[in-house]
Amino acid sequence: MAGRNNNEIRYLNPPTVEVKKKKYCRFKKAHIKYVDYKDPEFLKKFLNEQGKLLPRRITGTSLKFQKKVAQAVKRARHLALLPYVTDLLK
Amino acid sequence: MLKHYETVFIATPVLSETQMKEAVTKYLDLIRDNGGEIVYDEDWGLKKLAYTIQKKTTGFYHLIEFVADSQFIDVLETQYKRDERIIRYLTVSLDKNAVAYAEKRRSNKSSNSDKTEVNKNKEQSKAKANENKEAEEE
Repeated sequence: MAGRNNNEIRYLNPPTVEVKKKKYCRFKKAHIKYVDYKDPEFLKKFLNEQGKLLPRRITGTSLKFQKKVAQAVKRARHLALLPYVTDLLK
Repeated sequence: MLKHYETVFIATPVLSETQMKEAVTKYLDLIRDNGGEIVYDEDWGLKKLAYTIQKKTTGFYHLIEFVADSQFIDVLETQYKRDERIIRYLTVSLDKNAVAYAEKRRSNKSSNSDKTEVNKNKEQSKAKANENKEAEEE
């Protein structure tokens, strides 16, 4: 019996190890200090297709700037620069 | 206390050019008369609204940046509320980062009269960031 080999896990195909991409906060990286509510095209990067805010775990934005993005999006919505509800934004 | 403010209002699309100008000068004068100082004003023109407001789909946007006493904001906003020409308004105070951003935005605008220039510049920096992101992802 090849007892030693049985303990090892053997694969038919070499296991694909996914190298996870480290997310980063684009504001910190680009040294942006103020999130402008007057620029809806930029804010759209943080929204999904229904015009809802994307979570931080997807965009990688830091907490500090996520709050600012949320504030800016709400202001833009108030000024009808962004919709409150929609389908197929983008 | 004197503070830096920025206000955007949307006027009804029913107004003619001259009526719109009249409305704008009314608010500029209002700010000046109450001891405020106009830093910058900008006309965005007729824009499409993202959703209908008072059954209207378009509106004239106007942006005014000013320094004024915090007591004045109440006065300004009551004027907005009483004015039937104004369908939506927003007044925000600017912190030091925002003031810096507004200055940069203004200088970009004045150097290039093209209105989209600021956005372009911003887009470019963003695009670079995105490129980096994509390159890393690949």
